[in-house]
Amino acid sequence: MKRLFASAVVATLVAGPAMADLVFPDLSYRTGPYAANGIPFSDGYQDYMTLLNERDGGIGGEPIKVIECETGYNTEKGVECYEATKGEGALLYQPLSTGITYQLIPKATADGIPVHSMGYGRTSAKNGEVFHNIFNYPANYWDGASHAITEILNENEGDISNLKIALVYHNSAYGKEPIRTLEELSKKHGYTLTLLPVDSPGQEQKSQWLQIRREKPDYVIMWGWGVMNQVAIQEAVNIRYPMDHFIGIWWSGSENDVLPAGEAADGYKALTFHNLGSDYPVYDDLKKYVVDAGKAAGAGDQLGTALYDRGMYAAMLATEAARTAQTMYDTKTLTPMQMRDGMENLEMTEAKMAALGLPNFGPEFKVSCANHGGDGLGAVAQWDAKAKTWSLITDYFPADDEVLNPLIIEDSTAFAQENNITPGCN
Amino acid sequence: MLYREAGDFKTSYEDDSQTFPIRFDRLAFYAALVVAFGIVPFVINDYWANAVALPFLIYAIAAIGLNILVGFCGQVSLGTGGFMAVGAYATYKLMTAFPEVNIFFHVLIAGGITAFVGVLFGLPSLRIKGFYLAVATLAAQFFLVWLFNRVPWFYNYSASGQISAPERTVVGVPVTGPHTEAWATYLFCLVFLAGSALIARNLTRGATGRKWMAIRDMDIAAEIIGVNPLRAKLSAFAVSSFFIGIAGALFFSVYLGAVEVGEAFGINKSFLVLFMVIIGGLGRIFGSLAGAAFLVLLPVLLKNTLVGTLGWPTDLAAHLEIMIVGALIIVFLVAEPHGLAQLWRLTKEKLRLWPFPH
Repeated sequence: MKRLFASAVVATLVAGPAMADLVFPDLSYRTGPYAANGIPFSDGYQDYMTLLNERDGGIGGEPIKVIECETGYNTEKGVECYEATKGEGALLYQPLSTGITYQLIPKATADGIPVHSMGYGRTSAKNGEVFHNIFNYPANYWDGASHAITEILNENEGDISNLKIALVYHNSAYGKEPIRTLEELSKKHGYTLTLLPVDSPGQEQKSQWLQIRREKPDYVIMWGWGVMNQVAIQEAVNIRYPMDHFIGIWWSGSENDVLPAGEAADGYKALTFHNLGSDYPVYDDLKKYVVDAGKAAGAGDQLGTALYDRGMYAAMLATEAARTAQTMYDTKTLTPMQMRDGMENLEMTEAKMAALGLPNFGPEFKVSCANHGGDGLGAVAQWDAKAKTWSLITDYFPADDEVLNPLIIEDSTAFAQENNITPGCN
Repeated sequence: MLYREAGDFKTSYEDDSQTFPIRFDRLAFYAALVVAFGIVPFVINDYWANAVALPFLIYAIAAIGLNILVGFCGQVSLGTGGFMAVGAYATYKLMTAFPEVNIFFHVLIAGGITAFVGVLFGLPSLRIKGFYLAVATLAAQFFLVWLFNRVPWFYNYSASGQISAPERTVVGVPVTGPHTEAWATYLFCLVFLAGSALIARNLTRGATGRKWMAIRDMDIAAEIIGVNPLRAKLSAFAVSSFFIGIAGALFFSVYLGAVEVGEAFGINKSFLVLFMVIIGGLGRIFGSLAGAAFLVLLPVLLKNTLVGTLGWPTDLAAHLEIMIVGALIIVFLVAEPHGLAQLWRLTKEKLRLWPFPH
């Protein structure tokens, strides 16, 4: 036991700074009630990195090293993972958990390491003048809330003043994020909002859905994650709620969430900020260099699922930012601060994505110091239970910035005051 | 030959009733203190502080608190997570309302507030015992978590419902917030642990502790010999909650920096601290420390060994870790139902007789 401990200690200390590689820690969760969603995301993230290593020898010739660390969606373990990996020259953290992101925002800022919370985390991090190291492009929760309302507006010819909308949300920092936006939007559009919190992990939702059955809201919006999604969709089926009036955020829109409900889940809608499916040239390369070579992460059975695509997208945005940083500083190895500058100057164009084998995969956007959140474009996807596929039923459309921007300024200014940050671009 | 009372002459009653009657024990204890206060702060780094030292120190304080209630006074409590949340939210409100007051006092006051809440929830213990009391404290756990989730005043109306600790300093050195040094947070928590252990040890061997133990062993008999059950039980709840409140305050402000009540202080936390007390040894201060060390260090050690050294997949390691920790708990409790503290005591007994056991 003692020797084991000693060797573990030595391993932790000696494995310290191996600065040669580009280190991307992957704070994943493959265990616990959120594993069904954590596994495909992490597989996609790692497989894309493996593909770059195998096919191109890394980014700009510099190999990538992914360090996986299991968090179980738990903030304490998330902190441990952060501390364990930051000494290894970590360039960027993508924790895939709003709770852990909140933990890391002050820590990573103090340590000078960027955090990319893609479509989650603290929404007001969009204001890069306050949150220098935190990025949440291409879209955030408040954009998502606005997208859902816009979709409902479009389905009702622009008048939703007499509608009742219910929000079923994970009772945590994550689930509470959209409430403020939905309240502001209800002032503007006149709908009535009902809030239905579901306690983590969300296996017990009978009372919430009983209330929905009684109050018959015209639309249900869901902010769920992990096992909560599957249970909610099953409960909606049980009370025969019309599935096309049930809209989930992008984290409530994976195959694992709808498959357990079978055919009855047909027509369920979820938001997304990138395209879905596996009909892209990059999948040919993934198959050739990663899957067939036996180097796929996890069980290798998640290819083409919505969250696999999202994990791959996260990896793609990270590596493109690293490429941008390499060009900016004319260097192969990167420091976290150079990586940060690369992220701040990232520009995703259609030509770039097509060259990567992902044509028409995500919207075009450009990051700047003032705007760490991209353009906030989103689309609606619908589940086809027969074909077992998601398909986009709208084009990308913008969020209601008229309502959102004041909220972002308000929240980020409050954060700046609490933490004595002078907003600015230098 | 070293481990003997022989030759260590005691010439006063104070000497006779000291915590460590054997010289070797005493020296070892002072050496441990010197190492903890004088050497560790110079070698500790961020990883060791945040992954190992801080959770150990903080859980040890919580375990000491719970041990007073469960181990010394015999009142089963499943409300530890809720009481830690009271400590955390009290410090948060104090830190944001009175930024000019030193964080050290905020933590102490937070402990006091938790003591008050603990007494309130301890009132049912005057009428109900055993499993029924456990259920009553379980209600405290759920009520308190619900309260901090439901009432926005507690989290200063922040959009996410999270509370996050602003930067506070002790003699100019930041101990909360992002710009802390590993040694500062470590020392800050260590001071609280040392203080808590000292107070707890001296309370439990004095009149107060004897009253608690009398109540634990047989409450009717205790009442007959003149122990006031109201005062004994409520004082146990107060003292226990005080320490648990301090642990909750440190857990939030120094260790995590930002918490969400449902996740950080859920029912799992109550069970974790209860397991620490049971594995460590009920009714022993050392048991609290040993139990906390066991349940904090073992998962980290297993993770580092399985993933770091052996290079196994993280999910396999995480599942194995649960199985190994669970199996070890059962093995330990079957081998020694009175916990690690009893093993330690037996070892010392044997050492005293060595090399000539009866």
